[in-house]
This record gives sequence, structure tokens and C-alpha cells, in this order.
Amino acid sequence: MEILVYGIINSVTLALMALGFTLVYGISGLPNFAHGALYIVTGFIAWSFIHTLKLNFLLAMFLSLFVTGLIGAAIYRLFLIRVRGMATSEIIASYAIGLAILEGLRWGGFKGMTYTLPVFIEGSLQILGVQVDLQRIMVVVVGVVVMGLLWLFTHYNRIGLALRAMAQDERAALMLGIDSDRMAVAAMFLGSFLAGLAAVVLLPLGNIVVEAGYNVLIMAIAVCIVGGLGSWIGAILAAFLIGFVQILTVVYIESHFQIVVALLAIIVTLILKPSGLFGRQKELEERV
Amino acid sequence: MTSETILEVKEISKAFGGIQALSNVSFRLHQGEILGIIGPNGSGKTTLINCITGFVHTSSGKVFFKQKDITGQPPHKIAHLGVTRTFQVMRPYYSLPAYKNLIIPLFSPRARKYGGWRGGGKLGDRNTVCIDILEEIGFERDSFVPYKLASALPTGYLKRLELARCLALKPEVILCDEVFSGLSASEIASMIPLIERLQMEGITLVMIEHRLKELFRVADRVVVLNFGQKLTEGIPEAVMEDERVKEAYLGSEDLSDYV
Amino acid sequence: MTLKGGDVRQERIDRGIKVRTGGIYAVSSWKEIGYLLIPRLVLIVGLLILPLAVTNLYWQRVISIVGIYALLSLSFDFLTHFVGLVSLGGAFYVGVGGYMAAILNTKLGLSPLFTIPMAALGGAAICTLFLLPCLPLRGVYFSIVTLMYPLITARIIEALNILGGTDGIVGVASFPNRWVEQYSLFGLLLLILFGLRRLVNKDIGLVFRGIKDNDQAVKASGINITHYKAAAVFISSGMGCLGGAYLVHIYMWSGISQLALDFSIIPIASTVIGGGGTLVGPVLGAFILVPISELLRAFGTLRIVFYSLILMAFIIFRSEGLMVYAQRKYHQFERWVKV
Repeated sequence: MEILVYGIINSVTLALMALGFTLVYGISGLPNFAHGALYIVTGFIAWSFIHTLKLNFLLAMFLSLFVTGLIGAAIYRLFLIRVRGMATSEIIASYAIGLAILEGLRWGGFKGMTYTLPVFIEGSLQILGVQVDLQRIMVVVVGVVVMGLLWLFTHYNRIGLALRAMAQDERAALMLGIDSDRMAVAAMFLGSFLAGLAAVVLLPLGNIVVEAGYNVLIMAIAVCIVGGLGSWIGAILAAFLIGFVQILTVVYIESHFQIVVALLAIIVTLILKPSGLFGRQKELEERV
Repeated sequence: MTSETILEVKEISKAFGGIQALSNVSFRLHQGEILGIIGPNGSGKTTLINCITGFVHTSSGKVFFKQKDITGQPPHKIAHLGVTRTFQVMRPYYSLPAYKNLIIPLFSPRARKYGGWRGGGKLGDRNTVCIDILEEIGFERDSFVPYKLASALPTGYLKRLELARCLALKPEVILCDEVFSGLSASEIASMIPLIERLQMEGITLVMIEHRLKELFRVADRVVVLNFGQKLTEGIPEAVMEDERVKEAYLGSEDLSDYV
Repeated sequence: MTLKGGDVRQERIDRGIKVRTGGIYAVSSWKEIGYLLIPRLVLIVGLLILPLAVTNLYWQRVISIVGIYALLSLSFDFLTHFVGLVSLGGAFYVGVGGYMAAILNTKLGLSPLFTIPMAALGGAAICTLFLLPCLPLRGVYFSIVTLMYPLITARIIEALNILGGTDGIVGVASFPNRWVEQYSLFGLLLLILFGLRRLVNKDIGLVFRGIKDNDQAVKASGINITHYKAAAVFISSGMGCLGGAYLVHIYMWSGISQLALDFSIIPIASTVIGGGGTLVGPVLGAFILVPISELLRAFGTLRIVFYSLILMAFIIFRSEGLMVYAQRKYHQFERWVKV
């Protein structure tokens, strides 16, 4: 039972971390290596809003999400758009930006004390005989709601549909009058927003530390590769796969190996099916 | 033209997601012939070549080269056996001069094994062989064209370069993916003797074409594809008379006729 | 372009010396010989004089480190711009080479003279073996996976408490004196630099470049690209391991910090600054960037911020790098002409 409950929680956590990354990659083809940095930035902004500006808790959370989204969009609009389409430069540039943010925070932001965000709801609950605190349940709820909203957004909203069109065929989308640059900025906003969302629900469970940024990046990448880069359904399924395997590792082996599992998952996936569970990148390319 | 079968395709099918790109296509390729493959856009011609040369895994069906099953082999192994291909979207090595493009196929195990050109291993040799092949394929030896960067070459030369890349491997079969498309009438006119000469040298050719008039001048037989299925095959004249082929090209009111 | 002097445009004229020094004509006059030799001599003599010129003890250490980073940058440049594999995990090579040299030295008692070549070759073999599953991957996939290698390796070492755990392996022998250390390092650096330059222009080098330009066509040419990629990774990781082995013997210590981000990111930054695809550029970049980074050491992680920003600025606004710019200036001159 414990495995089931914590497996689900862990899986949704991973899915939340990965969603922003896979969204941006799927739409604009940008492997956003600054993803982890945006995650931590949200935590930092939320903390500052609460502690320095003394804002209301919920308001601070939502504001920080939007600010992160704007930061992401600004990064894309000002810098990354100039190297659009050059895969190597995109990776290096976004990685450099992420590093600069994270290490900058380490140098100037996080000093001395421990930084934590308050949880949304205190207390815990008994589910299937397992004690679970409410924040973790909150994570699952938020995760499921976000996935649902995202689905609705991309299937029924004009911008969402445009984003999906771009993901499928950018040139065709261009011809239909979709401004691909603006859509890419929108995708980056959304991706950063999702990274932020993951941060505000996940960070209260622990301290805000710079290392978490790297971990989130690694886990997001692991999930995306296993699921197939750019495939949302693949990412969610992969999150569940890795999530459960991780919990099993913790239960039966040792908790240190959690991250090793991620690497192994990647390597096994790459050997067996390089395009990932739901990757269509490769086949599409070959079809030309 | 009744000689032994060099390449046999047996009931190949390929689906991309929900799209059935090829369904149960079979044909035989005879030694030394030129086989044309025609069909409207999206009828699965390029996919067929991709399946034969191993760039795409077939969903079902088999490919035999000289009675040997080569289904599912990686592309470089198939090329090593002597089944080479050109690409529809031309893929030269843009940052290299035209003649240096041929160094790479000449470096392959097959070229080293069957090349027969003066060792081919030492530094200078390969460069001269490159120029030889380019001359054979229609680059003027003494002009500067072979020394130009591949990125600066016009389409006509790039198509020739694609063929030259295959020739460098001393191939037995060349699968040409639309070598005539994008060329002017006079360029095609100068390509046709080249193709005929390759045939005389004993190379078997498969040509995917949209330019039917030019294709029918060289092709011995033609296979017609439509919606991933083989409509018919036969000599060019007979194929052109076929009602189904006319309909496939001219379009018919009721598409369900074909399914 | 409109300037206040009326309509003018910039004209770029080739000095023509490059063409004239292309073949046999290179030895036709002293001027042309000089034109060819001077840049090379400046580099060689400069590198050889450097250990003599630097007297400060601290900076002597720094130039050894610079040499190591130059090796790593060369390794990155080769793999990225000549084979098309963008490896973001340079630290993995350093770590493997470093640990290997440390183990060979402390456990078997071999002298640096043996451990360094053994660590370079053995380490390269290990790295190639580990990267083998990633080789069929292209572009982004390869970068992403290689980025994770050093991070994961560090985690595994921590978790399993193997190879000395977080303490690392101490008591590694140092070089007999700094002259051996620096001259062997710089000698190897020059050797590898000129060796690589020859390699990439040989036929096998063209195959590497072909894989970068267009791997499908290489496959269609009957060449097993995985073999060649493996060979390239072997060469590249060998350089990284060599650097790692030197590092371990210089610091007389091997630990997880050899898997740190610095060893992945500084070589990339130096390559971008120096000019990717020139091979000399990255060496130059390392000689610019590493001393600056050393000056900033007092500011802690701020220096990572600093070179991340430099890296970003260069890759976005000046992606050609210094060396390409310098080469252009050397071969051509520019002037403004009236239209």
C-alpha cells in the first residue's frame, strides 16, 4: 500500500517537474536547460514576496508564478530567440543562463539561514492505511488538475491550438498565419509557469536549495527522454514508470540510488528505443 | 531482359502511426535493368526506398538481395552489400569541396574492398579517384567546379554528386530518388546518357520519378504505386494505357474505388 | 549602410597571401614562409617561455591548470565541431582519468610517468564504453545524456562510498619538479593540437566531418558511423582523461570535485570565446578565461556566473569567436568605399 500511495505521489511530482520542459521542447524545439533554474527562481521569488514584501501567502504564490513566466519569456525573447534552430547553441546558451541564475542565487541569494516556503495545508490524512500529509495530496491534486487544464487548453483554446499546430509542423503553422516566434515565447512563458507551479507545490516539502535546481533538471530530462522528447503523454507515462521504480528502489534497496535509477532508465530506454516510449521525432525525420 | 532477380521485395508494409504508407508491395528487380517507380505524391515511393535500404524499419514483409534476406539490416550493411541510394532532399557535405564529398564513400570498407583503384589507401590517391569519378558523372575535370564548396553548387551538380557518391561504392544496385526533379529539360537531356551508360556498365537501377516522359525513355519496366499499394507493373507503354494508372494520375471522382 | 560621409559600404579584400601560401609556393619567398610560420611560432614559443616567465608561485600553479583546461577545450572542440557530438559532460572524462591515475599511483605505486599515459588510454576506453549506448543518439539527446554522466557518477561515488567516497583518494605522488610538470603538459598540448589539425584534414577526418554534416549520407555510403563516433569519443575522452590525470598529480588528490561543473563548462566557454572549429581558438580561450576565473576565485560561485554570462554573450552575439575573427583580419583587410 505504501508503495502504491507514495509511488503515485512521486510519479505526479516527477510529471509536474517534467511538464514544463517537455512542453517547451515539444513546441519550439528548445531543450530548455534553464528549467531547473526557473524552478528555483520561483521558490526564491515566492519567499521574497512572503518575507520581504509581507504579501498574502496565496497571492505571493500566484504572483511568483507569473513573474517566473515573464522571466522565462524574457529570457527567450531577449536571448534564446537569436540562436533559434541552432540546436548546439540553444543547449549551451540555455544551460549557461540556467547556470548563471543558479550560481548567482547561490552567491547572492541564499546565504546563512535555511529558506523554506510554508505549506498550503497543514496536517495529514490516513489513506489506505498510510499516513500522508496534506501537502503531498495537494501535489497530486494540483498535478492532475494541471494535466487536465493543459489538455483542455491545447484542445479548445485558440492559443493552445496554435501551439499544438506549431509542435506538429512549424512551417505549415507559419503558412496558416501563426507567428511562430510569438508562439515560442508563449510556450516559454507557459513552460516557465509550469516549472514555477511545480516549485510552489513541491518546495514547501523541503528547503529551497540550489542543488534542487539541478535535480529538477536531471529528473525532468530523464522523464522526457524515457517518454520521448516533446511528447506530453509519453512524459506523464514515463513519470509514472520512473516514479514507481524509484519508490521501489527506496523501499527495497536504498534511497541514495533514486537518481541512479533515473540514469539507468535513460540508458535502457536509449538502447531499446532511442526515440522514447512515445517519441515520434525520429520517424518523422526519416519520412522526409 | 529476362535475367536473374537481383533484388526482391516481398509484401512490404509500413505504417507511420495511423498512416499506412505501404501495404503489401512486392516486386522483383532483374539484373541489369532500369526499373521505374512512379505514382502520385504521397504514394509511398520514397518510403519504399527507405525500407529497402534500411533507413526505415518495415512493419512487415521481406527484402531479398541475391536471395539473401536483408530485411532490418542497418543502412551501412546494406550499402556494403552494394545496394546504394540517392536522397531526394540532396544531402551533400556542405562544408566540404565537391570532390572531397567522395572521400567519405571511398573510405568505406566496400570501396576499399572492391574499388580496384590503385590501392586507394594513400593520401593522394583518393583525391585523384574522386576527380575521376566526378568526371565520369559529368563534372569538367579542368574547371573549378569540382573544387567548389558543395554548398555553392547548383541543383544539377548536386544531383550528379549524389549519383557520384553511389558510384564511388562500386554499387550493384542504385536506388535513385527523383534525380530528375528540379532539373531543366536540357539538364535532364544530359543526364539520360549518363544513366544509360551506368546500365551498360552492368549497374541495376531503380528510379523514382515524377518526370514520366524522361523516365520512359530509359526505363525497361515500370511499377506504379498509389496510396501505398502496387497498382500495376509492366513495360512503360502498357502501363500508360492502363485505366487505373490514368485515373490515379488524373484523379477520379470516387477515391473508394481503390481501397 | 549609411554613414554621415555619404553612402559607403565596407569592402573586404583578401590579402592573397593565403592563396599563395597554399601549395608549393609557400617556400617561394621569406615573406610567405614568415606569413605561415609566425603565428605558429608565436604559439609554440609563447607556450614554452611561459613557465620561465612566470615566477610567482601561485601563478605557476595557475598556468598548469590553464594547460589542463586547454586540453579539455581541445577535446570539446574536436568532438563538437568535427564530429558533431556536443558533449556537455567533460567533467566525466576528467573524473575517470583522475581517479584512474590516483588508483594506479596509490595502489600500484606507479610513477606519474606511467600513470598518466595509462590513465589517458585506459580512461578513454572506459569513457567510450560508458558512452557507447548514447552514440546512436543525435544532437540534443546526446548532449542531455552526457550532461548527466558526471552528476550521476558523483552521486554514485557518494552513495556507495567507493573510491574514497567524499574524502577522495589522498596521497597521490606529485611531479618531480614543476619544469617536468609544465613542459610535459605544454609539449603534449602542442603535440595534440597539431596532431588533431592534421587528423581532421586527413581522409578519416573528413569522415568525422561528414558525420557532423550529414550522418544519413555517411550511412548510405556504407560506413558504420557508430564505429567512427566511438573512435572520436575515444580520442576526445582520452584528452579529457589526460587532463584529469595531470590534475590529480598536480593537486596530489583525487575526489568528487573532479566531476564538478567547472570541468564541463569552462572548456565549453573557452571554445565559444576562442572560436569553435579552429582548434587553436579553444586553447587561446582557455588562456584568457582561466586566469580571469582564478582572479575571481575569491568571489566563490560568482565566477561560474561570470563565465556563464560570458559564454552566453559570446554564443548569442559573437558566435564566431576570437580566433575566427583574428584569422579573418590576418588574411583580409577591410576598408570603406563610396558607393
